[in-house]
Amino acid sequence: MDQIQKTLLEQVADLHEVPAGAYNIRANGESVGRNTTAHIDIVTKTDKPGIDIFIKPGTKKESVHIPVVLSQSGLTELVYNDFHIGADCDITIVAGCGIHNGGDKDSKHDGIHSFFVGANSRVRYVEKHYGSGEGTGQRIMNPETRVELAEGSYMEMETVQIKGVDSTKRVTNAIIGDGAKLVITERLMTHGEQYAESEFNVDLNGEGSSTNVISRAVAKDNSRQLFLAKINGNNKCAGHSECDAIIMDNAKISAIPEITANCLDAELIHEAAIGKIAGDQLIKLMTLGLTEAEAEEQIVNGFLK
Amino acid sequence: MLELQNLSFQVAGADGTKEIIKNINLTLKDHTLTAITGPNGGGKSTLAKLIMGIEKPTSGRILFNGMDITDMSITERANAGISFAFQQPVRFKGIKVKDLITLAAGNKISIAGACEYLSKVGLCARDYINRDIDASLSGGELKRIEIATIIARNTPLSVFDEPEAGIDLWSFNNLIQVFENLHDTSDNSLLIISHQERILNIADEIVVIADGQVKAQGPKDSILPELLQGTESCKFYR
Repeated sequence: MDQIQKTLLEQVADLHEVPAGAYNIRANGESVGRNTTAHIDIVTKTDKPGIDIFIKPGTKKESVHIPVVLSQSGLTELVYNDFHIGADCDITIVAGCGIHNGGDKDSKHDGIHSFFVGANSRVRYVEKHYGSGEGTGQRIMNPETRVELAEGSYMEMETVQIKGVDSTKRVTNAIIGDGAKLVITERLMTHGEQYAESEFNVDLNGEGSSTNVISRAVAKDNSRQLFLAKINGNNKCAGHSECDAIIMDNAKISAIPEITANCLDAELIHEAAIGKIAGDQLIKLMTLGLTEAEAEEQIVNGFLK
Repeated sequence: MLELQNLSFQVAGADGTKEIIKNINLTLKDHTLTAITGPNGGGKSTLAKLIMGIEKPTSGRILFNGMDITDMSITERANAGISFAFQQPVRFKGIKVKDLITLAAGNKISIAGACEYLSKVGLCARDYINRDIDASLSGGELKRIEIATIIARNTPLSVFDEPEAGIDLWSFNNLIQVFENLHDTSDNSLLIISHQERILNIADEIVVIADGQVKAQGPKDSILPELLQGTESCKFYR
């Protein structure tokens, strides 16, 4: 890998070297490194681009890294990554995509990640998106995440897109089984002329299932954001969605929460708030000696931390 | 230390302009604890905000250690050596107690250093240092953290806007000690806006402000007895 690709890798996966545990690193449309372990197997798909990741039942304290980097301008790809996680696992999965576009053609990575989480397993899934490069070509990412949680399982999904992605449409569809729980934390910042759309559809099908969808977003300059969170309570369940957004400059943000109770015992809550940075927050930090710009940066960084 | 010269402040209201501060002339001496008191709506908090630069005077000048700071921004005044404790401390999403104290101290301080400031305001540092300054903190906790940031700044002048507001009795006893300690252990000056007799009692100087004007100013021993005769009969409040 060249230096640009290494920098991207560092941004999206916090990787400075080859990670411990299982990994598959994809650069410019090709697998450039792979490691499997006694409990985790990674197999290239034969019918379409992508990989299958098989995690044996009972696998604990292991991790899988599957970062993707694109540095060739004009490259467009659609990749399917399926995670088959056995019962009683406790694992961390780090994905992420970095695009460096130094040319005038659009670069695009669409990743479809499916998670089949076995009974009583715990999964932490971290996904970071990052774009760089001075080219006029757009950096586009459209991730789709499909989640199926079996009885008693738990999944924590953290998604971060802070810089450099021109256009993104993120869709997350989840089906939650008996006693299972899905927690989603999204952090998103757009600037310039960027557009970001984030859609969550969670079906709480199982008895005692629950979800918490939390989005923190900042829109600067002329950027636009659309946040959609749909939770369907189809059984005795608990669902909560929260969109908290800071709007700056000439940006536009829409938040559309939707909750549907199809069962008498479904308890669903949505919250959405959009506003500019509170004046008294700026003043407080300025009384500590920060300039207005520094105060603004501190507030935004804290909000997205 | 601080000199207010012919300071006035007007706001536009529904029925014309309203004068909140009326041609105030006031000098605060070096190394003193000055308490400003007076009835609600008399202009005390506005005066504090004018000193910090949060509000700009309609006319008049403000001098700090001989330097004209009237046209300086909040940031410039903060860097010139003025601190300000809010009557209602501000909440932040995602900023931790440790972050705020570090910003206040103006350099990278150790966790132990940050904890020391919290201990001074009676908070068990370990419980608070990593907490967000958000709605999960009570009004009294926020207030004490606010005061800890002022201690961390250690500036020549600190302005406290009603530090007792929203604080429970136990905390209040500690608060008095905090101010006494600040006053005794440094040469910095404190300006405290307060209604509390016990705060007025530890002041060197008391200034009474009512209806946007200085009604009285002098050593505590000459002003306080008059105030304690009751606000109804107090000549300063008429």
